[in-house]
Amino acid sequence: MTTAPAGASLDASALRQRVADFVAEYDPETTDQRDFLAARFDAGLAWVHFPEGEGGLGAPRALQPVVDEEFERLGYTPVGREGLVIGLGMAAPTILAFGTPEQRARYLKPLYTGEEIWCQLFSEPGAGSDLAALGTRAVREGDAWTVSGQKVWTSLAHRARFAILVARTDPDVPKHKGITYFICDMSAEGVDVRALRQITGEAEFNEVYLNDVRIPDSQRLGGEGEGWRVAQTTLMNERVSIGGHPEPREGGLISLVSQLWRERPDLRTPGLHDQLLRLWVDAEAARLTKERLRQQLAIGQPGPEGSAAKYSFSRLNQEISGLELEMLGAEGMTYDDWTFRRPEGVEFTKRSPGFHYLRSKGNSIEGGTTEILRNIIAERVLGLPSEPRTDKDVAWKDLPK
Amino acid sequence: MSEKRLDLLYSEVEEELRASVRSLLEDKSPPESVLARVEDDRITDTALWKELAEIGVAGLPVSEELGGAGASLRESAVVAEELGRGVAPVPFMGSAVLATTALLESGDAATQELEALAGGESTGTLVVGFARAPGSGFPEAVQENGGKLRGNVGGVVDALTADVLVVPAVGDSGPGLYVVPASEATVTPVVSLDLTRPLADVSLEGAAGRRVASGADAERALRHALVTGAALLSAEQLGVAQWALDATVDYAKTRTQFGRPIGSFQAVKHRLADLWISVSQARAVVRSAASAAATLREPGAGAEAAEAEINASLAQAFVSSVAVKAAEEALQLHGGIGFTWEHPLHLFLKRAKSDALALGTADRHRLALSGRVDLPAPSA
Repeated sequence: MTTAPAGASLDASALRQRVADFVAEYDPETTDQRDFLAARFDAGLAWVHFPEGEGGLGAPRALQPVVDEEFERLGYTPVGREGLVIGLGMAAPTILAFGTPEQRARYLKPLYTGEEIWCQLFSEPGAGSDLAALGTRAVREGDAWTVSGQKVWTSLAHRARFAILVARTDPDVPKHKGITYFICDMSAEGVDVRALRQITGEAEFNEVYLNDVRIPDSQRLGGEGEGWRVAQTTLMNERVSIGGHPEPREGGLISLVSQLWRERPDLRTPGLHDQLLRLWVDAEAARLTKERLRQQLAIGQPGPEGSAAKYSFSRLNQEISGLELEMLGAEGMTYDDWTFRRPEGVEFTKRSPGFHYLRSKGNSIEGGTTEILRNIIAERVLGLPSEPRTDKDVAWKDLPK
Repeated sequence: MSEKRLDLLYSEVEEELRASVRSLLEDKSPPESVLARVEDDRITDTALWKELAEIGVAGLPVSEELGGAGASLRESAVVAEELGRGVAPVPFMGSAVLATTALLESGDAATQELEALAGGESTGTLVVGFARAPGSGFPEAVQENGGKLRGNVGGVVDALTADVLVVPAVGDSGPGLYVVPASEATVTPVVSLDLTRPLADVSLEGAAGRRVASGADAERALRHALVTGAALLSAEQLGVAQWALDATVDYAKTRTQFGRPIGSFQAVKHRLADLWISVSQARAVVRSAASAAATLREPGAGAEAAEAEINASLAQAFVSSVAVKAAEEALQLHGGIGFTWEHPLHLFLKRAKSDALALGTADRHRLALSGRVDLPAPSA
């Protein structure tokens, strides 16, 4: 194994060989998942595009799906990783890009193995689409910061060990310039996590109150006042989450209504038939678009279509779940359970149609509203000029709030 | 559901072909000069078609032994995109798609005609109404008796300039496909909604036809020609939509009102973002339809035929409305100039709306899909 090619010269077959060698050494049947993942991290097969010693091999990013598919083919896909979306998808790439060697050594491995769960303290009641307007204050005292403010829509905060946090460190400069990025210990004194009940009756998310929370300066990620630039890396990774696998035709919510249509001739009317066929066509078009994007990524040529995938997904979910209720008629007037609870993991399709309808209302708001995504496409893809801005050159403290 | 994973990207060869077609059109047939010729009696640009034939466009799916390019329908689809983007008035759809596919499916009986079509020495068309959907059965408008054909077919595409007519007709021995020299038929122009694509009524009064396919073979040849036509029409529609989007984005960057480019208003930019999303989706759907149609002529393509029909219907159901929407948005966002005859935009609107009716409306294709994917209509 030591004579094998390394770094950027690695190709798909060399990586498949490494996976085969690895599995031969660590039998997934007899190795505990966390130990198996720790060894996989040490072997550089966690994120192949990360540097050696930090979970990777310095290989091209496009080869990661090859490794994931190979582990899966050999019968080993890690389970119970739903709680790691923020850590794996957002914290890890940001720590890799901006972390000190000490920070990378401390956080990346337990993040990958699932030992430590992460959450994201970004949005605030007064800073949603306009994240840069955030008002959570961090004041420096010696080699530590004191942080106070309120964050919202924080999934996993009640389970998380660490958070990625953006806070205002200089209110006297324009809003994008006075932000600093931190790693926040969720077990620190002054961190108060409260469930945020949503229209479905349950609470997937939290409000997080920060009351004079002390954060050592060694947990700052990137320079003072550099937080906006660091956050761009995090948010960019939020939108690049196209899976390595092709999706089958008629997957997701459209399969539920299609099955319902097949099994219940009594529900069929001409108008519903027309709506169902239109949505079936739209869902298939969205699937093929995602598949085309996946094929582009696989040859290392990602297209800008990724920014549109989330938008299409939310629109389809909302329209299909609305149709599902219409189709059901009287049965659509019921709901499974309004009881307040904290759901764990994904159970979307197992819930009742009323839940599908209500939950999907959040899809066009969370992770970038539809309106903001349209602006991004118009300005970054089509090159259209931005709206005139009144907030760019004004000190944050002087902006209307 | 089992569906084959199709290549949805463009190959290097396809991109090269696109570049040569585009540069030829930009040089010889920019939208302004298309606009200038639409009121001529002879709208179809036969000189341009000859030049396109020289770079292989007339016979892409025809084998090299017969003077074609020996390529696949994926290449044809790239050409269709470019011809749509330029609303080029050439007989690609009638001759290189419909007539050529029908004759290719007829085996060795029509090699001479195929060779002439592929080389661009002559053009042909399939004598069915251009609005006809693939699943609408074998047409009975033309009757055959003792090798003589009689009947009238309205709204035939590219018939005015055709040398060879491929005629589906029903006789004592059932359905058949016949080759008829255009000189044997009376071809009467109709005033078409689409200024750049002339339609004509074809009247046969005892014309002598040579049978090239019979019975189930003739039915299959016709069906494959129409399915292929539907798939490639969607590629043309994508090209129309792409032109409309590009032209409107350019205009929104330069047209100033209220002291700033109109493209800086969210009311405008959100509409263009929506359109861009639809056009990107249309591209994936069109690539899928072209790749699936390309498998139709592979040996033993049984299951592929169903998959090609699903993809072609999906493409017509989806892309028709994208192209129409793109042209309509283009007109609205151009404001007054978009409503004038002097701006070429109306050529694209007319092409888009007419294409949406051609080879089956979106609604007919949705209905075809409902049968194919087991989403049945309510019983009465």
